[in-house]
Amino acid sequence: MIPKMTHRMWNRLGLFFVALVMISPVILFFVWMISLSLKYEIDNGAYPPILIPENIAWSNYAKVFEENNFLLYFWNSILVTGAATILALVIGVPAGYGIARLKAEKAAMVIMIARMTPGLSFLIPLFLLFQWMNLLGTLWPQIIIHLVVTVPIVVWIMIGYFETTPKELEEAASIDGATSWQVFRLVALPIAKPGIVVAFILAVIFSWNNFVFGIVLASRETRTLPVAVYNMLSFEQVSWGPLAAAALIVTLPVLVLTMFAQKQIVAGLTAGAVKGG
Amino acid sequence: MASVTIEPTAARDLAAKGGKPQRLAPNYWPFVMPALVVIGAVIVFPWVFTLWMSVNSWTLGQEQTFTGLDNYIRLAGDMRFWESMWHTLVYTALSVIAPLILGTLAALIFDGEFPLRGFLRGVFVMPMMATPVAIALVWTMMFHPQLGVLNYLLSLIGIGAQEWIYNQSTVIPALVLVETWQWTPLIMLIVLGGLAAVPREPYESAEIDGANAWQKFRYLTLPMIAPFLMIGVIIRSIDAVKSFDIIYAMTQGGPGTASETINIYLYNTAFSYYDIGYGSAMAVVFFFVIIALSFVLMMVRARTNWSDMEER
Repeated sequence: MIPKMTHRMWNRLGLFFVALVMISPVILFFVWMISLSLKYEIDNGAYPPILIPENIAWSNYAKVFEENNFLLYFWNSILVTGAATILALVIGVPAGYGIARLKAEKAAMVIMIARMTPGLSFLIPLFLLFQWMNLLGTLWPQIIIHLVVTVPIVVWIMIGYFETTPKELEEAASIDGATSWQVFRLVALPIAKPGIVVAFILAVIFSWNNFVFGIVLASRETRTLPVAVYNMLSFEQVSWGPLAAAALIVTLPVLVLTMFAQKQIVAGLTAGAVKGG
Repeated sequence: MASVTIEPTAARDLAAKGGKPQRLAPNYWPFVMPALVVIGAVIVFPWVFTLWMSVNSWTLGQEQTFTGLDNYIRLAGDMRFWESMWHTLVYTALSVIAPLILGTLAALIFDGEFPLRGFLRGVFVMPMMATPVAIALVWTMMFHPQLGVLNYLLSLIGIGAQEWIYNQSTVIPALVLVETWQWTPLIMLIVLGGLAAVPREPYESAEIDGANAWQKFRYLTLPMIAPFLMIGVIIRSIDAVKSFDIIYAMTQGGPGTASETINIYLYNTAFSYYDIGYGSAMAVVFFFVIIALSFVLMMVRARTNWSDMEER
């Protein structure tokens, strides 16, 4: 009995180290990212590279906000992602419900094809449309085009979720005289809360991370963070410290969300994945 | 009880309006309508418009003329387009195979029990959710031939300096490295889902029969997770074909056109040269490439499932 137990303990410990090796590229990358962002140019240009510098350059972070209008871009990102996500939830949750109950395979198919289509192919016509409507220079084009990302994700996840919630309760309510809207609002929606949370989180992340729409549609004042950090590259000479600091600022909100909502993200991605095809 | 009283009324109502009597069903279409309108506006309209633009010759700021299939004929003879197709193919194949192998391996590890498993899995999943552009910029610094940390790490194990994304022959593998780093966790999650459903008993009897670890994986685990691997292949292929952020942020298709995939060439055509008509034709072809790809993959998947069932 005892040798067997120690054997198992060694197994667990061994597996732990194997797992550590497996994820070491991830750890090394983020550690190096933080290191780059906290070093002065001299240390960043040193060979052999320095991991922990003698003088920590907190000023890199200050520089990002001072020299690059980053507060404005942060605010733009919040507005675009916020608006695109909320609109997608308002439109997409009922739609997911309707499609699941109607078993509307064709509507689900359109959503799936929309998810497979490259974002760029929406850009040409919508770019022209926004130009023609004289909307370029405002945040509206980006909010609207981000719906291309957020709506299909929300609808897709909600279809999957409502397919698993029981219909019997809804039927009982409608027999008792509730209207379709009441059934949805008072019976279906409360049960679907976990699904909505998953849809919300994934929509936020994919909208926040989106880059391709911004580089075409954003002007100087309407850049979102991914575009802003990319644009730092085109400045005279790139200094690594502030650039790494900016990159960290851009992706930090998403990483924090990932850490806290790991369960929802895993559920959403595997559900979306297994259903997605 | 209540349903007995409601249903005949509904049937009578419908009969009075001249409709066929049918079961009273809640009306779900109002729920779907707003989404259909939005999807029509931001997704279906662009599809139709792109199709229309693709049969026109139009560079922004110039006259627009209907030219029929000219853009498509031009595309067929465009060497740069075929080259970008080839780059896309190589990029996609590598970006599917590498995460598939590593992701399966990771799933087998994370399926076991060990301390801090949940936390380590959380760390492993982070690249997948991180902002691609931000990630790409940091990788660019790490790939730097003189000052980059990667060449330093290689020198520690006695491998000479590489030029990574700065050399035509290594640029695609280097980009795939980033893509693999980012998306291996997705395969792990999918396979992990498959492993969770694997029953214990066959392994116990295999152990009694003296099967080794590889045999157990090859003859027990692999067939059972095959459908999940197929799903992983499908999702990964579609994502890799469309990959844009990482390539654009790191190389913009360079050096030269060595890493120019269809998506990048499409972007350059439409938004650097403002050749809207030609870019639209490219978008249409690209669209059908993706649809065809997913169709083929789903056929393969359907066949895998079917043969799977037959064996049981």
